[in-house]
Amino acid sequence: MIELKNITLIKNDKKILNNINLQIDDNLTTIITGPNGSGKSTLMKLIMGIEQPTSGEIIFNGQNITNYSISERANLGISFAMQQPVKFKGITVKDLLKLSLRENASNEKICDALSSVGLCPKNYLDREVGSSLSGGELKRVEIASVILRKSNLVIFDEPEAGIDIWSFNRLINLFNDLNKRLGCSVVIVSHQEKIINIADKILVLNAGQVEEYGDKEVVLPLLNKTNVTQKKCKRR
Amino acid sequence: MDLLKKNLLKEVSGLESLPKGAYNIRIDGKKYARQDSANIEIRTKNDKDGIDIIIKSSAQNESVHIPVILTENGLKDMVYNDFFIEDNAVVTIVAGCGIHNCDSTSEHNGIHTFYIGKNAKVKYIEKHYGEGDNMGKRILNPVTNVFIKENGQLEINTTQIKGVDETERITYAKLEDNATLIINEKVLTNNNQNAKTIFKVDLDGKNSSVKVTSRSVAENQSKQTFKSEINGNNLCFGHVECDAIIKDNARVQSTPEITANHIDANLVHEAAIGKIAGEQIIKLQTLGLSEQEAEEAIIAGFLK
Ligand SMILES: Nc1ncnc2c1ncn2[C@@H]1O[C@H](COP(=O)(O)OP(=O)(O)O)[C@@H](O)[C@H]1O
Ligand SMILES: [Mg+2]
Repeated sequence: MIELKNITLIKNDKKILNNINLQIDDNLTTIITGPNGSGKSTLMKLIMGIEQPTSGEIIFNGQNITNYSISERANLGISFAMQQPVKFKGITVKDLLKLSLRENASNEKICDALSSVGLCPKNYLDREVGSSLSGGELKRVEIASVILRKSNLVIFDEPEAGIDIWSFNRLINLFNDLNKRLGCSVVIVSHQEKIINIADKILVLNAGQVEEYGDKEVVLPLLNKTNVTQKKCKRR
Repeated sequence: MDLLKKNLLKEVSGLESLPKGAYNIRIDGKKYARQDSANIEIRTKNDKDGIDIIIKSSAQNESVHIPVILTENGLKDMVYNDFFIEDNAVVTIVAGCGIHNCDSTSEHNGIHTFYIGKNAKVKYIEKHYGEGDNMGKRILNPVTNVFIKENGQLEINTTQIKGVDETERITYAKLEDNATLIINEKVLTNNNQNAKTIFKVDLDGKNSSVKVTSRSVAENQSKQTFKSEINGNNLCFGHVECDAIIKDNARVQSTPEITANHIDANLVHEAAIGKIAGEQIIKLQTLGLSEQEAEEAIIAGFLK
């Protein structure tokens, strides 16, 4: 279980996250949604330790991890698939997935992970995780690098971005019972209805604050009705 | 051959025993072992120290090993190797220089000249390696001259990872019609090491092309200089890519010089120098690697 207590993050005098209090329960799939710029990625980076809060605390399974480094959090079982995957020079798909598996690396596991994100291992193992891969391919390699890890909490930041329809359906299948297969909590930042549908719980973020948070049955109708995610700009 | 020499030989050429086919092994300034093959002949030069390597047209997918090893302290070795590759030959040449020294400077200067015939395909692999305590300097200054005839191809892969204090590499190439030259260079310097690389290529032939890819890492107080001078004298293609990672107080200088002397010359020079991208370290940290492990993995991949 991860708890965020009074989390505020200020950057360049701008409150990006404003007094967030929330608790993500074990073994559930939680979907985080909300308009662009509402602070979803920042919140996820904060859980991973990539961003530091200006104030507030993060408690993971009873441990205060607010001052833990990224590596320490990773080794506690927090995993994160980035919205914008990082490119490397010289590091191949196989290299990256090996690093992800660490001492448990086996070709079989690597190939399984690639297949599960719809990449044919023999075509991708030796490709550089760099500019020669398309956005969607990079995204899928990023997801593979995360599902290979032994996690307690795994976060995906807009996994659907740049992924074609065919692969998208495969992705839905992958996420559908991922919490059960990995035996961990799954958090997915997404705007996609099909992904939102697999949620146990939905959290709506708006302007750095929690606007709605609760069971899918409760929050989903609100989403459809009031269109909280699409507050319109007033015409001049 | 003692264990020390065996290890050096393995480091620079991958050889654990005498190879099949043609080879010439030079140890401490003298010929140690040599073998010709039906299609590859190695001759001692009469006028100066060095060898002529004649690769006949009948050589198809053959290889020749010509490693050099220095273990005698304070030795200054100077050698001329000329490669005559006849038309249509297909060959891989494995060179390399390993130095082990203790308290005085060891130096190896190799001057290699390649005469590559029409349609010949040559791959040249060269690895520099140095070991020993820090008292004696290890110096390597390779000079490579390349002349490629119509449709000929040469790929040069050079690697120098630590251990060499001073190096100045000069490569000159002249390409005729449809000739291709590919150069892949990998360098890692640390401590007070100094590495200098100069490429000069004349693209004389129609449709001739050169692609130079240099990837280097400079650590500690080390210095690197990379200079490429590509002259497009015909319809031709030239692409130079120089990528360097700097750490600590290292210094890297990259000087591109591309000159088009012909309306159809296409020349590109790309150079990027900088520290390891923070986001790359972060990504590997999210996989559980420490910052140091992440850096090592990034550099190992970069220089692979
Ligand atoms: N380094 C930064 N400096 C200043 N503002 C930033 C920085 N990173 C993100 N922001 C701002 O914080 C807000 C939240 O961004 P982000 O978390 O990426 O939103 P989301 O993922 O919900 O689209 C945006 O307004 C964005 O412009
Ligand atoms: Mg985002």
